[in-house]
Amino acid sequence: MATEHDSHSAGTEVPGGAAHSDVFPPFDTNHFSSQLLWLALTFGALYLLMSRIALPRVAAILENRQATITGDLDYSIAMQKQAEEAGLACDELVANARMRAQALAEETHLRLAEEAVEARKALEADLKDRLGSAELRIAEAKARAMHTVEEIATEAATAIVQQLSGKTPDAASIASALAAAKTA
Amino acid sequence: MARTQGDLTVAASEQANDPIHQFIVVPLFSEHIGAASFTNASLFMVIVALAVTFLMVLGTSGKAIVPGRLQAAAEISYEFVASTVRGTMGQEGMRFFPLVFSLFMFVVFSNIIGLIPYTFTVTSQIVVTFAFAALVIGAVIIYGVMRNGLHFLHLFVPSGVPALLLPFIVLIEIISFVSRPVSLSVRLFANMLAGHITLKVFGGFVVMMLGSGALAVVLSPLPLVAIVLLTAFELLVAVLQAYVFAILTCVYLNDAIHPGH
Repeated sequence: MATEHDSHSAGTEVPGGAAHSDVFPPFDTNHFSSQLLWLALTFGALYLLMSRIALPRVAAILENRQATITGDLDYSIAMQKQAEEAGLACDELVANARMRAQALAEETHLRLAEEAVEARKALEADLKDRLGSAELRIAEAKARAMHTVEEIATEAATAIVQQLSGKTPDAASIASALAAAKTA
Repeated sequence: MARTQGDLTVAASEQANDPIHQFIVVPLFSEHIGAASFTNASLFMVIVALAVTFLMVLGTSGKAIVPGRLQAAAEISYEFVASTVRGTMGQEGMRFFPLVFSLFMFVVFSNIIGLIPYTFTVTSQIVVTFAFAALVIGAVIIYGVMRNGLHFLHLFVPSGVPALLLPFIVLIEIISFVSRPVSLSVRLFANMLAGHITLKVFGGFVVMMLGSGALAVVLSPLPLVAIVLLTAFELLVAVLQAYVFAILTCVYLNDAIHPGH
């Protein structure tokens, strides 16, 4: 270990700088200036790249994503609301239609019932009329028939009296006799 | 673990068993280390910066509403650090968000890439972690004075302290403030260093036991199992220490924004 270290330091020994060999490497001041220079270069470049390009870009990406998500959410909420409104409107429409249908059915039912009543009444009135006229006709016929029967009875009574008594009875006595017979 | 297998192939070399060897900084294209030398440390700094850039810049280039895996990872990193910053500093602290984010990503990528065998751990160098800590404390002081002027000094003078105790309290506050960059840098550095040394030492056990024969060969899988468990643990430490570094950065910066407590 020690010998190897020595040979290494012998290879890289700087003239006038004897400190290289036994110093613990991180504490070897010979390379400090080089390390600082390159650290300044690399870290400086990294800082510039990060602060000028990378970090603003990532910030823009995150912001853009947030805006997109918020926009999409807003849009979906608006759509949902619209859908709910459409659903409500649809429900209302269905309820209205059902109500109208019910009203229509009731109205029709009433109208039909009324019509039926009217038709029945008309029919009854018609029947009554016809019944009345028929009775009238029957009464007429009856009166006529009764009249005819009276004539026949008068003639028969006249003939019977003529046959029995041989003389012609006067019309008035016949008529009174008939009336007496009719009431009896 | 793979480091251990690598060690097996070069078991003869003692260099491979040296747990400190992984921390040596060597120049890649020249003989000597100067200020401008491109070393293995420099290489891994570049790799770390490129990896973070790949994730955060290329990963988000699609700007998709529904992210893919890479973009989701980039967004998760962003939101994680952003929520940490907001939680500790409030909305006003978001001005430091790029700094905290860059620090966190650089540190966490350094720590995790460093766990891959044969790589170099950038954050295992005290000079690197101290530079980060100095950057943070420097930002605290500069921004604190810029924003609050002399009122920033109230950071060292808590309200409601008896006049008799005040000098001691101020002294303690100053010491605690000065020790912040030290504790911040040493915590990260020491965690990385110790973890990697432990892994390496256990790897060395496997090789040594295999080499010694007899009973030790039969027992040699035991340290290997330990390495597997330790690697998982080190993965936790790698992320946790980066998080600790980031949240302490936020806490310290919060002092610059609200110095009066």
